[in-house]
Amino acid sequence: MKLSRRRRQRIARIGGYVVFALVLLAVAGSADWGRLSEAFFRLDVAGSMFPEAITIALRNTVAYTLLAFVFGLSVGLVLALMRLSSIGPYRWLATAYIELFRGLPALLVLFMVGYGVPLAFPDREIPGGVYGSVTVGLGLTAAAYMAETIRAGIQAVPRGQLEAARTLGMSHTRAMISIVLPQAFRIVIPPLTNEIILLTKDTSLVYVLGVTSTTIELTKFAGDSLNTRVNPTPLVVAGLLYLVVTLPLSQLVRGLERRAARER
Amino acid sequence: MTTMSTIEISGLHKSFGTLEVLRGIDLAVEPGEVVCVIGPSGSGKSTLLRCVNLLEEPTSGTIRVAGVEVTDPDCDIDAVRRGIGMVFQQFNLFGHLTVRENVTIAQRRVLKRNRAEAARVATENLARVGLTDKADAYPAQLSGGQQQRVAIARALSMDPQLMLFDEPTSALDPELVGEVLAVMRGLAAEGMTMLVVTHEMAFAREVASRVVFMDAGVIVEQGPPARVFGEPREDRTREFLHRVLEPTRVSETEIGAHLPGNRGSGTDDPDP
Repeated sequence: MKLSRRRRQRIARIGGYVVFALVLLAVAGSADWGRLSEAFFRLDVAGSMFPEAITIALRNTVAYTLLAFVFGLSVGLVLALMRLSSIGPYRWLATAYIELFRGLPALLVLFMVGYGVPLAFPDREIPGGVYGSVTVGLGLTAAAYMAETIRAGIQAVPRGQLEAARTLGMSHTRAMISIVLPQAFRIVIPPLTNEIILLTKDTSLVYVLGVTSTTIELTKFAGDSLNTRVNPTPLVVAGLLYLVVTLPLSQLVRGLERRAARER
Repeated sequence: MTTMSTIEISGLHKSFGTLEVLRGIDLAVEPGEVVCVIGPSGSGKSTLLRCVNLLEEPTSGTIRVAGVEVTDPDCDIDAVRRGIGMVFQQFNLFGHLTVRENVTIAQRRVLKRNRAEAARVATENLARVGLTDKADAYPAQLSGGQQQRVAIARALSMDPQLMLFDEPTSALDPELVGEVLAVMRGLAAEGMTMLVVTHEMAFAREVASRVVFMDAGVIVEQGPPARVFGEPREDRTREFLHRVLEPTRVSETEIGAHLPGNRGSGTDDPDP
C-alpha cells in the first residue's frame, strides 16, 4: 500500500513522541527518587545556607564578575585600538598579549597574580586585597578575549562612516570617539554580555586565592557547606543561584541579537 | 589679479599597488561651476573625486582647493575638508544618531557652534532638502532618497564653498532618484560650486556647466554638455554615450556576441 505524504508525516511525528515518552519513562522508573531527593534536595540543608548564600556568596560572585569585567573592558579597549594602530610595535605588542592570555588557563593567571607576583615583589601589593587580585587575575584574561571582540566590532563599522566623519573636518581621534566607537559598542554588546556570563562562571576559581568568610564566593561557599553538612544539596543551591544570574543575561543577549537583526 | 580656481588639479597620478587608476589628470573648476564627470566604471572618476579632499592620497601631482595645496604634507587637511562638502553613493549617515544629530554633530565638534546655533543651521538646511519633519527620525527609518537628502543637508551645514558628489543616485531605487537630483539642481541654481561624478546623463546635460568624460584614468574630452553630448569628438566618448543613452540598441556584434535569430540589429556596423 502506498502511503500519502500527509499520512507518512503523521506517522513519523507520532513515532517521535512515542520514543521520547518511552525513554523518559525508562529513566524515571530506574531512578531511586527517595535517595535522590535525600541527597540533592534536603530543604533543611538548603535553608541553613541562607541568607549568607545571597548576602555574602552571591554578592561576592557578582562583585568579582563586575570588577573583572570593568578592568577587562578597559584594558581590552586599549588593546583593540593598539591592534588597529598604524604603528607596528603597538600592533605587535597587542597581538602578543592577546595570543599569550588566550593561550593560558585562567587558573594559572590567577595563581600568578595571587601568589607569583607577591612572592616576586614582597614589598608591594595589589591594592584591594582579594578583590584587587581577582580584578587583575581574571581581568587580564578577559581583556584578551574582549580586545578581539571589540576589534571585530570596530572593523564591522562600515569604512564609509569614518570617511563621512573625516570629510566633515573631524580629526581621526574625534571621528573614532564620536562616530565609530559608539556604533562598534552597539555591535559588541551581545558578545560582551556573553563575556560577563563566562566571567561569572570563572569567579568560581577565586577560592584558590584563599578567601575568608567575608570574601567567599558561591562555589567555595557551597563546597564548605557540603563539608559541614555531609550532603550535596548545597551544590544544587549554588547551581541555581548561578542560573539566577546567567539565565537573564543569556535572555538579554538573545533579545539584543534579535533587535540587531531587525535593525539591519 | 586673476581669480582663484576653486579646484586646480595638475599632473595627478594615482596607483593602487601596480594598478594605475589615474594617469595624469589636469582639471580646473571655477567658482560657481557645476562640473559633471562621466565615464565607464573603473575609469577613475570616483578616485579623482576622492583625491580632491584627500580620501585617497595621490601618488603624484598637485591639487589646490581654493588656493590651498592639499597635496602638501604640511597642509591642515581637516581645515580644508571643512570647506568641502562630500556626498557619498552609500549616503554614510551616522546610524546611531538622529537626523538632527547627524546634521549638528560636526557643527558642534568641528566648528564649535553652540547647541542652539547648530540646531538653527540644521533646521535651515533640512528645510532646504524638504525634510524638517524627519529631524527626530533615525537614518534606518528613512528611504534611500531621504537619507541622501539628509546627507546633503549635513554637508551644507558646514557652509562649504565646494560640494563633491560621488555617484549620489547610484544606490537609489529609480523612483527616488528624482528627489535627490531636484535638491542638487536647486543647489546649482544657487551658485554652489559642484564636482559631480554621475551616471545620470539627463542631469549632466541639463545642469552641468561643463561635462568631463573620463576613460582608463585620463580625461578623454570635456566641454559644454550640449557639445559633448551633441557632437562628441572622440570615438570613446561616442561609444560610451551610445551604450549609456541607447542601451537597448547595443548590437551583439559590438560586444562580440554571436546570437542566432537576432539579425538586423547591427545595421550601423558594416562588419557582419
